[in-house]
Amino acid sequence: MTALPSQPLPDRAEPPTNPPTDPVILAEGLTKVFSSRARAGRLRRERVDFTAVDAIDLRVAPGELVGYIGPNGAGKSTTIKMLTGILTPSSGTLRVAGYDPQRDRVKLARRIGVVFGQRTTLWWDLPLRDSFTLLQRLYRIPPARFAENLAFYTEALDLGPFLDRPVRQLSLGQRMRGDITAALLHDPAVVYLDEPTIGLDVVSKHAVREFLRDLNLRTGTTILLTTHDVDDIERLCSRVVAIDHGRVTYDGSLEALRAERDLETVVRELYSRQGV
Amino acid sequence: MAESVERPLPAPVAYLLLVRMWSRSAWQYRASLLLTGLGQILTTSLDLIAILVLYSQVTLIGGFTLPQTLYLYGTTRVAFALSDLVASGVETLADSIRLGTFDLVLIRPVSTLAQVMADQFTPKRFGKLVPAAATLVWALIDLPLHWTPARIAVCVGTIVCGFVLFCAFWVLSGCISFLAVDAREVANTFTYGSEFATEYPLTIFGRPLGLALTFVLPVAFVTWQPALYVLGHPDPFGLPGFLRLASPAVAVVFAALAALAWRACIRRYRSTGS
Repeated sequence: MTALPSQPLPDRAEPPTNPPTDPVILAEGLTKVFSSRARAGRLRRERVDFTAVDAIDLRVAPGELVGYIGPNGAGKSTTIKMLTGILTPSSGTLRVAGYDPQRDRVKLARRIGVVFGQRTTLWWDLPLRDSFTLLQRLYRIPPARFAENLAFYTEALDLGPFLDRPVRQLSLGQRMRGDITAALLHDPAVVYLDEPTIGLDVVSKHAVREFLRDLNLRTGTTILLTTHDVDDIERLCSRVVAIDHGRVTYDGSLEALRAERDLETVVRELYSRQGV
Repeated sequence: MAESVERPLPAPVAYLLLVRMWSRSAWQYRASLLLTGLGQILTTSLDLIAILVLYSQVTLIGGFTLPQTLYLYGTTRVAFALSDLVASGVETLADSIRLGTFDLVLIRPVSTLAQVMADQFTPKRFGKLVPAAATLVWALIDLPLHWTPARIAVCVGTIVCGFVLFCAFWVLSGCISFLAVDAREVANTFTYGSEFATEYPLTIFGRPLGLALTFVLPVAFVTWQPALYVLGHPDPFGLPGFLRLASPAVAVVFAALAALAWRACIRRYRSTGS
């Protein structure tokens, strides 16, 4: 399944609110503060603020493939949840695909795709194909477009052998390929992948990476990828954004990062700075 | 792309699509579905047997005869079973918030409420409707009433308003899950509690509690007040007569409150750590 079919995907229509020259993701001073109550004495409780994301600036142009990396608890997931409209930012401005994610969450939902490596969005007890036809209805994908996309991804990700099997019977690698397809059927402008290769074997990892790189090249889909896998970054990402303690610690090309030192060392140092 | 295609799928359509998916999922485990459905019929019938046992010893409870109590019980049960059928997916909300799967609801381009209400839908809930509807039919046959158009309208309206009010309670109980994830029991007092409180004549609770159930948690409007109208029974608490027809207003107010509370909760949602 390394070879992709040669026919290119048809051009996708950009919404009028998002001319291709504008950044598809634009965050300025993006901040998220969680406040909770902690015990302070026998009965007294006091408010404790925790800044998960601290004044991040991020500008991603259409067609970029960005690796978003950082140790556990650095603020990666919180950022992505704000970019998708799941969480409301505490302050800062944010625009994704021409929309304010918080205010236009439902409209934005049709312009983005999300893959959570750790949980599936597929219907556990039903054949894989049924999840896809449901998504066609929910996302109002025109039938011709849907048939075209499904045929393309079935071939590109080799879904044919298990398209009619219940999701609960699929292997982790097969399920991940199903989840990736589910996130792409509606032609999103931006795709967020949260650890898409977690738990996969070497062959499946390779297949997923090849597919993502090809998708990015062929369709110009913007991809934001979080991962702890150095190989993912090395093989996929043209740009790396590193975050630690809620702040951006590096933002630049993979080559520049690699020019400094060997990538693995850089990443290891980045992670050890956490000190946890 | 055409403007009509740009609009999100209407919430009722999305709801029905999701209900169909969940029903098909439940149908994968046929034997379990049929047995639990039968179980629902049996357990809900037990309450009814309790009422019949009580009336075998006395002729009046709180000033109400057996057919009158059966009418109260039947309308409450039918309204509640319908709301349970449509909206009790909200019950799983606390779990999906705790596990973080609620994030997936927020990335879909359809109504959050439609998704949450359809969650884990199972056709076994029809089981609750069977004894409820049977009781109501029995009461309607047994009641010595002249069925004027007004009475029929109020009877149908009781069930519609009761359904709306119970659905509002389901949504409000879901809002409690947003505030305190482990507060399911508190949430249950809204839903199952209000159903229980209106199955029997409200007089059995005495005046203070009866009035609280009218004005604080307005479950009395579910069936009690309109039932007094249909049964032609004077209000034991002596409340003004217009309240008997106030159910639609109460239902509308609570549906609006529930919708506002839901929107506020979605905005305040905090998600989980990863």
